[in-house]
Amino acid sequence: MNVEKHDSLSIVTDDDIVRVRQRVRDWAVTLGFSLVDQTKLVTAASELARNTLVYGGGGTLLMEVVVNNRKRGLRLTFEDKGPGIADVDLALKDGFTTGKGLGLGLSGARRLSQDFELTSCPDEGTRVVIARWN
Amino acid sequence: MERIPILKMGDILLVSIQVDMHDRLAMTLQDDLTSKIVATRARGVLIDISSLEVVDSFIGRMLANVAAMARVLDANTVVVGMRPAVAITLVELGLSLTGVRTALNVEHGMRLIRSDVERDGG
Repeated sequence: MNVEKHDSLSIVTDDDIVRVRQRVRDWAVTLGFSLVDQTKLVTAASELARNTLVYGGGGTLLMEVVVNNRKRGLRLTFEDKGPGIADVDLALKDGFTTGKGLGLGLSGARRLSQDFELTSCPDEGTRVVIARWN
Repeated sequence: MERIPILKMGDILLVSIQVDMHDRLAMTLQDDLTSKIVATRARGVLIDISSLEVVDSFIGRMLANVAAMARVLDANTVVVGMRPAVAITLVELGLSLTGVRTALNVEHGMRLIRSDVERDGG
């Protein structure tokens, strides 16, 4: 898999979540994603960016245009150095939350993405990688 | 501070969300709408989201909260103009917007609110 283009954004305030949505939208449009695919990816990114901010205490988003067997995709890596997730399986259940939300962020983002990978170590942080292919 | 304008038309409050809201702005709108329902004794709230390209769980929850609070304050809420791509995404996200009434556009939404207000005895 080749990386054609990459960029990173920091996620430290509310406004950064909006910026993440806009930037992911721009890239998805450039890649020629359908409107529904754009919307799914942007929504997933919005959920994950908020998790990075609220639960991870802030972090970064790495955006990459990836190429695999002539297919191009957008890969997003959200990373924080927060407290980590104690029980990953539980965190991925619909309706589970340790905060005040609906508990749909992680599980919903997984449903909205084609690739989804979550790694987390208690006290070290969390990394979520999602991708959508065109 | 940045705010989403709320218009009053008779006993109905109208809101058209035209910007990509950050979370604080969404919470401000929720609070403003709730106080304005009480201050103006509004019987209906119409929220136009036709400009919104994304409704994530946070904005979805805000819409559901407004509908629930309005209900307690004796006002009906209708959310209008949801884009098809947003509807598809919301369902896949797992957000059912329970308790939020929707209509295709402002015209239908107004009709819905009007008939509710008349039924409930104006």
